[in-house]
Amino acid sequence: METVWYCLIAAMIAVYVLLDGFDLGAGIVHLVVAKSDAERRQVLRTIGSVWDGNEVWLLAAGGTLYFAFPALYASGFSGFYLPLMIVLWLLVFRGISIEFRNHVESPVWAPLWDAVFCFSSLLLAVFYGAALGNVVRGVPLDARGYFFEALWTDFRLGPETGILDWYTILVGLAAFFALAQHGALWLLVKTAGAVEERARRVARVVWWGVAALTVLVTWFTFRVQPQVPANLSGHRWGYVFPLLALAGLLAVRWFLERQSAAQNTAQTVAKNEGKAFLASCAYLLGMLASVVFGLYPYVLPARGNPAYALTVHNAKASDYGLRIGLVWWTIGMALVTAYFVFLYRHFAGKVVAGTDREGY
Amino acid sequence: MDDALAIHRLHFAFTVTFHYLFPQLTMGLALLLVIFKTLALRTEDEHYNRATRFWARIFGINFALGVVTGIPLEFQFGTNWAEFSRAAGGVIGQTLAMEGVFSFFLESSFLGLFLFGEKRLGPRWHWFAGFMVFLGSWISGYLIVATDAWMQHPVGYTLGPRGEILLADFWALLLNPWALWQYAHNMTGAVITACFVVAAVGAFYLLSGRYEPYGQTFLRVAVTVGAVATILQLFPTGDAQGQMVARHQPVTLAAMEGLFETQRGAPLVILGQPDVAKRRLDNPLVVPRVLSFLSYRRWAAEVQGLDHFPEQDWPDKIPLLYYSYHVMVGLGTMFIAVMLTAAVLLWRRKLYAFRPMLWVLMLCLPLPYIANTAGWITAEVGRQPWLIHRLLRTQSGVSPLVSAGNAWFTLIGFMGLYMVLGILFLFLVYREIELGPEPLTAAHAAMDAHD
Repeated sequence: METVWYCLIAAMIAVYVLLDGFDLGAGIVHLVVAKSDAERRQVLRTIGSVWDGNEVWLLAAGGTLYFAFPALYASGFSGFYLPLMIVLWLLVFRGISIEFRNHVESPVWAPLWDAVFCFSSLLLAVFYGAALGNVVRGVPLDARGYFFEALWTDFRLGPETGILDWYTILVGLAAFFALAQHGALWLLVKTAGAVEERARRVARVVWWGVAALTVLVTWFTFRVQPQVPANLSGHRWGYVFPLLALAGLLAVRWFLERQSAAQNTAQTVAKNEGKAFLASCAYLLGMLASVVFGLYPYVLPARGNPAYALTVHNAKASDYGLRIGLVWWTIGMALVTAYFVFLYRHFAGKVVAGTDREGY
Repeated sequence: MDDALAIHRLHFAFTVTFHYLFPQLTMGLALLLVIFKTLALRTEDEHYNRATRFWARIFGINFALGVVTGIPLEFQFGTNWAEFSRAAGGVIGQTLAMEGVFSFFLESSFLGLFLFGEKRLGPRWHWFAGFMVFLGSWISGYLIVATDAWMQHPVGYTLGPRGEILLADFWALLLNPWALWQYAHNMTGAVITACFVVAAVGAFYLLSGRYEPYGQTFLRVAVTVGAVATILQLFPTGDAQGQMVARHQPVTLAAMEGLFETQRGAPLVILGQPDVAKRRLDNPLVVPRVLSFLSYRRWAAEVQGLDHFPEQDWPDKIPLLYYSYHVMVGLGTMFIAVMLTAAVLLWRRKLYAFRPMLWVLMLCLPLPYIANTAGWITAEVGRQPWLIHRLLRTQSGVSPLVSAGNAWFTLIGFMGLYMVLGILFLFLVYREIELGPEPLTAAHAAMDAHD
């Protein structure tokens, strides 16, 4: 039962990364791909009605983690106290920058919120990556199952690690590039005109960063967390996850190149844009699934004494709670799927600069 | 460690108090928006659609602040109250996760459609979107109240071998009798806030001679709903809530009332300052026997005073509890008087031109916020010294390794950030009120373009 919940929570986090990932990514590339006020409104309109719903996946995943693995929630959230608080502040700034930007027509107001939107999205991507890096690397848990990490110590993987060390920064950078690519590909699908062209160029450049960091992070992860190679060699079918990521990465390039090949009809371009975005989804999914597969049964590995590590078995809630949770969770997710299909269909299609001024 | 405990408590108190300024309007205004939109649908009068859009714009600003200040609360259970989370997460995590799954998705999906999809949805689906936002916010309210109610009156649990609290009965948690009354009391409070806000803007428009047809509509709807809500707030919801406290938290009742000594025919205190050191109330102004009647329905019933309980079980901030409770009750009584007077004037068709009443309605704007906040302080401080009533003391729930310095750092950060948010909120809402319900600016004109 706890393994089921481990997979379900991982799936919710993955949906969060795929969905909020594209609006975070749109924020990262916002200042680069959109220059005029009309273009920046265009970018915001592609995410305006969906970003809040996307972010709810983070809350729902957090809540689910809370009831299914309360000991992990307690230990992880208090141990990652400082970065989580910073993430909260960034989420606050980012939320109001999207919501409040278009309330006042002024040459001072809008550029301010554009910058806030861009930098909060950028820092969030790095912090999310670093957070994932911390979980993979493991934390100095004590006998009670608690730890506390400063933001940084000496940037080494020594006995007293900080949130930021060379490994977690590397993962943070990988997340930054991966989400920038994801956001650029989203804008490619959802916009037309100058923004679309710039997004294409950004995606082509950023891809090299994603490719390079994927290789580096994978290489180091196998050395930093021995559980990952152990799980892979124990269960060879697990290689499908890194292979999915690799296939996704290559497919992104393939569809990007096909788009820019000359003399395509508008329809095939649109098709390839959609496929490039889906390929990026596959890449993110493959990377996350590799981590989830590689860490199991750990949910928070310990540095130092491995006996202090939190696993799905020692962090779980009561079996009764987990069983009853599965009932309402299934009903809830069916409803959520219906809302999201309705919502995304309703706002389907490309957003053009400067025409429809309804809302964002 | 004492030092860190105090700061962690202040941290949560500050962030949750600031947060709840927004959802109380969200939940109440969602109901009024459905009423405005229903009027628009039934009369096919564009006037009501404009009224809906005007309040939807303010709703949007208010909702955004509710969302961004709400996320930190769920996190803080883990960050600042790790021992509590470890002990009770398997129980209260259920209701918190359900809030995300059943309510936040609903609200966020349909709010976008409600605010920006009017043209594409058509009137009936637009009404439906508004109704779903209302439903989502009211479900959210219930699940949060159920979470708090379990901490006030834990039910449906067993204790595990290591002292952890395990969920044993899901429906007991969800249908906690404490939650049902607390929810009813809380939601009428939210409706009262929204009614006073809508009435204050209506009165402001009439007093300043602008948008008068809208001012009249706002007053008519807000005063009608408000008169009902203020009465429900006292009876049956407030009364039932008080009896719950009397039955399950008698020491809290004694502290709320400043009742230091056990007595038969206990009086209801109207005025007086508790002196905890001397165990007495200074210059008390009381109504004899009423507390006994309200608590137990018998004029001569014995009400246990603080002297009946060991001091270590007393709420640790008795004056704060006493004043919050009295401010809440005092304001609640005043709301009934204001809303009923306004309702009579409305019925006699004199309200719109009777300027003194309009002034009163406009100036009442901040009071329901104070009353709702005071009510929650009463509930939460009244539960002390327990984090989970009779199960876990507050001092045992805190994160063991988060130092006072780190908690101060983030508390100060939140204070600065929330100050900025508060200023932005007032600025943007004032701007919307100034712009008014008529389509004036290009952006607003575009929103009305499909008329």
